[in-house]
Amino acid sequence: MSDKDKTPPADIEALADAGIAAPAVQGTGGLTARSGLRRVVITGAGTINALGADVASTLNAFREGRSGITQLQFRDVERLSIQIGAQVHDWQPEQYFNRQQILLYDKFTQFTLLAAKQAVEQSGLHFEGALGFRSGVVLGTAGGGLNTWDENYRAVYEEGKNRVHPFVVPKLMNNAAASHVSMEFGLRGPSFTVATACASSNHAMGLAFQMVRSGAAEVMLSGGSEAMLCFGGVKAWEGLRVMSKDACRPFSANRNGMVQGEGAGVFVFEEYEHARARGADILAEVVGFAMSSDAQDIVMPSAQGAERAITGAMQDAGLNRDEIGYINAHGTGTAANDKTECAAVAHAFGHHADRLMISSTKSMHGHLIGGTGAVELLACIMALREGVIAPTIGYEEPDPECALDVVPNVAREARVDAVLSNAFAFGGLNAVIALRRI
Amino acid sequence: MTDDIKNRIRAIIAEQAMLEPDQITDDATPQDLGIDSLGLVESIFAIEEEFDISIPFNANEPEKSDFDISSMGSIIAAVERLVAEKG
Repeated sequence: MSDKDKTPPADIEALADAGIAAPAVQGTGGLTARSGLRRVVITGAGTINALGADVASTLNAFREGRSGITQLQFRDVERLSIQIGAQVHDWQPEQYFNRQQILLYDKFTQFTLLAAKQAVEQSGLHFEGALGFRSGVVLGTAGGGLNTWDENYRAVYEEGKNRVHPFVVPKLMNNAAASHVSMEFGLRGPSFTVATACASSNHAMGLAFQMVRSGAAEVMLSGGSEAMLCFGGVKAWEGLRVMSKDACRPFSANRNGMVQGEGAGVFVFEEYEHARARGADILAEVVGFAMSSDAQDIVMPSAQGAERAITGAMQDAGLNRDEIGYINAHGTGTAANDKTECAAVAHAFGHHADRLMISSTKSMHGHLIGGTGAVELLACIMALREGVIAPTIGYEEPDPECALDVVPNVAREARVDAVLSNAFAFGGLNAVIALRRI
Repeated sequence: MTDDIKNRIRAIIAEQAMLEPDQITDDATPQDLGIDSLGLVESIFAIEEEFDISIPFNANEPEKSDFDISSMGSIIAAVERLVAEKG
């Protein structure tokens, strides 16, 4: 990093205090245009999902191309027409939380806290004193405490009970996880929850990135979680008739729908100089983020909207398209998403689309809806740090409408310097993050 | 019985397409009637509710479904079969 890229933090803070957002960077690119903006790095990561209860086991599954999709196990599952999912089996909250905490934490909060603890532990950060006031947490979730809704609706409607536990509201609210993370670690700065369906985590992480970059915060915990695998959660999705009954096969011509997953991913986003000064192990640099809206249809995606988010993220990062080596796709395994996403990537990258790799790890950890971008960022970090590209498993038949290198079925060794992570939500809300090796 | 099923399906599709029931001809495709993918899923749900049947339909692979949605005539025939199977 050269001196011209540095700006005294006091100036940034003055800008932030005055309510002035980060300078516009769209379309300019390059470090010069970004001067005045601070660099943001990832210094901690944590997860629990169907592939494992930590980052190491999840990355092992990525390397092995192992699926976490199994027969769902929960009450009334026999009344569902969709009975598979990437479920966290044998979840025993007593291993991690005391009785009072379990009464207060919905499963999506439990998953979040576990992932956040791993991330903070890896970062080595402590938030006592001034740092706590300069740190916050932004998380994504779509369903929030859906298990709590489900259990208590069953109690009052089906079982005819007229009394519910006093913690129902604080358990189910979408900001519960973010609030408990703030309490657990003493994060006293900006904290909130983002709900943009399948793009929630990417929107959350993008905002966290912007806040550290602009100087609004020094450290942000970010990512997301989802725990929608319960009778009501899956039944609602069945209605749309976009779920697969047998497997998630993104980009494969015989794909027949998405498979839901559950879990959480949480990261520590930290200002670069702050991380360097304390000798932190830097996992990757977050270099760009862009959002766009299709403004078109509540469920059908638009290639133009997706493409604008992809090119916007590269512009924000000051990256040329031929610098992108890997894209973690949204890749839901539905007919509509995969062909639209491939069209967007092909158009955004031109000839370079034939040279980059794009894979959907949803084939392994399922679609974590509001938490999915967070778990998928792990594949991006693995690509940058370890030079291993997570595969798209379940790939059986080429689809001419998805004619990209989707890293079929087997992980691949490849050195990549910069990557993107795509998320395109129902409602036409798109969010793409760019990371770079450091 | 058959006419009754046909008329009830036509009424459902007409409401979805914002047309009159007599405009719902057997050779019309959902696209002809201006019914998009979400409208089709909604129509199938309404038919399931009307006849208390379960229609096997995956929006990702409509052509592979046992439930032929290529035209109104094929939809009506498929519903008649499901109603008959139900007994």
